[in-house]
Amino acid sequence: MEEILKVQGLKKTFKLSAKQQKIEKTNEKIKVAVNDLSFTAYRGEVFGLLGPNGAGKTTTLRMLATLIKPDEGDAVLDGASVVKNPEEVRSKIGFLTSELKLEEFFTPNFLFDFFADLHGVSPEEKNARRKDLFERFGIDKFAEVKVGNLSTGMKQKVSLVISLVHDPDVIIFDEPTNGLDVLTAKVVTDFLVDLKEQGKTIIVSTHIFNLIEKICDRVGIIVEGQMVVCDTLSAITGDKSLEERFFEIYEEKVGSIA
Amino acid sequence: MKTDMLTIIRKEFARFFKDRSLVITTILLPGFLIFLIYSFMGDGMMKEFSTDENYVAKAYVQNMPDELSPAFDQLSAEWTVVSDSEIEDTKALIQNKEADVLIVFPEDFVTRVSAYDVKSGEAAPNVEIYYNSTETESANLRSILVDMLDQYEASMANKFDINAGDGVFNLASEKDMTGQIFAMLLPMLLMTFMFSGCMSVAPESIAGEKERGTIATLLVTPMKRSALALGKVISISCIALLSGLSSFIGTMLSMPKLMGTEEGVSAAVYVVTDYVMLLGIILTTVLVMVALIAIISALAKSIKAASTAVSPLMIIVMVISLMPMFGGDGEKSLAMFFIPLYNSVLCIHGIFSFTYQPLQIVITIIMNLLYAGALSWILTRLFNNENVMFSK
Repeated sequence: MEEILKVQGLKKTFKLSAKQQKIEKTNEKIKVAVNDLSFTAYRGEVFGLLGPNGAGKTTTLRMLATLIKPDEGDAVLDGASVVKNPEEVRSKIGFLTSELKLEEFFTPNFLFDFFADLHGVSPEEKNARRKDLFERFGIDKFAEVKVGNLSTGMKQKVSLVISLVHDPDVIIFDEPTNGLDVLTAKVVTDFLVDLKEQGKTIIVSTHIFNLIEKICDRVGIIVEGQMVVCDTLSAITGDKSLEERFFEIYEEKVGSIA
Repeated sequence: MKTDMLTIIRKEFARFFKDRSLVITTILLPGFLIFLIYSFMGDGMMKEFSTDENYVAKAYVQNMPDELSPAFDQLSAEWTVVSDSEIEDTKALIQNKEADVLIVFPEDFVTRVSAYDVKSGEAAPNVEIYYNSTETESANLRSILVDMLDQYEASMANKFDINAGDGVFNLASEKDMTGQIFAMLLPMLLMTFMFSGCMSVAPESIAGEKERGTIATLLVTPMKRSALALGKVISISCIALLSGLSSFIGTMLSMPKLMGTEEGVSAAVYVVTDYVMLLGIILTTVLVMVALIAIISALAKSIKAASTAVSPLMIIVMVISLMPMFGGDGEKSLAMFFIPLYNSVLCIHGIFSFTYQPLQIVITIIMNLLYAGALSWILTRLFNNENVMFSK
């Protein structure tokens, strides 16, 4: 199997303001969000990052998408380092997270053109991909409606399509079905399966066990910023469900859930 | 990078020009409102300080000298002679705005004035004019009477004249007079309007994108941060220029009314070179202003915070703009033209007063471009700084 992403010793800390210290009920001024995190993803696989809220999943994905810089360690994506060549990394990935918003004033059509231009997609390719993606997600019905007037599900579809405007080989999705109604969530999940069949590499973070079981080849479980387990789904679960195994692993690491 | 920059510029233009309410509030309204407000102010001032042509003033006089009577009769006033006992009642009428003026001459005024010796040290005969300064007609009639009496006094002891006759004694050309007025008013107006234009768009474009979370979507594209910074600065500058231009046109159109003359001052005294120089200064100054506000906006967490942080800068710009009015017209040291914003004020003042040297303009334009470049570089660094871009 060909390695496409190698993450080595990633560490990320954040300074806590007095307000944040109060919320987190701590006197520590520094919070270690991700600590010495390493894993490898192979071309064409779906790699799932599973963990509770605040475990460091989103921070890890943000470092992989070069939105934030690691304090220590590096990740090499298809030959490009997130530390040394962030622009090259960005040209190779599609990144979708709920924190990335779309300008509500513009229409899906305009935004598709805009982001395609920023990714250097040729006009022919752009039109072909627009037709394909818009039809698949039913966006053509509201392609000229301002994003501000769309429902949450419609916005998520547009965000998804825009993150794939340049047909990237590596796709990083942070909680892709979060906040979606069951129908839209199914459309998104089916699309991830399609992308996998097309040979795309997908790194996805979620806390939905069902989604992991449905689409992931390998899984990394993150607890308190550290990779606790990283293996194939079957090797992790054995004869148990992923949910059961997850709570066992979590209790081994942290102690009682309550 | 150039393509990405143009893509950003296109998007910023689309965001602005496709939003009818933004175009109206940022470009059309400022000029229109300024024209309306200044015109109303001009009309109001005219009404405040002028008297209706057909108005006949109610004037009272005691001991009117025969020599002055013909001149007083020519005034648009109905004169009533009052006695000593009526003086206080007449004053009350003036206080209640029912009469305009009471003028009290001493008895035998002409004889006493003729006999008066300046060297004697005695008090001169005194004419008392009672009026009400809050009543325009009363104040105006009082001014006319004072002028008339001054002329009468001068005619009694006419030892020499100054500029008597119809000769032209003020040798200043129309060009100089226009230059003096424009150089006094326009540096502050132009700088203020330019800065207001920048303020109305830059915080929305940068702090707004941060606040709405749309900047992160841009930052995950492979575009260079410098392309984003320059694209933003250039597009905002163009929109700010249009906004500033709108305010400027509104001011220029309302200027004749504001200055109390329909003829106004003529901008035709300036040649093409002057306008080209002015354009160069304005364009590069707007770049500096936008880059400065963009940095403040990038550091702010919201549009509101950005606008609040930029406001003191507006006051600084206004104060700097007023400085040439008090600095005299002496030769300026070249070092002054290295100071951002102040160099632009000096150049605008110099262009309108015809006192600039081309070298000063060249230095200012180069320095403005360098400052805009340096500030854009800082903006690029800020776009690269996760603590700034994703601070909550």
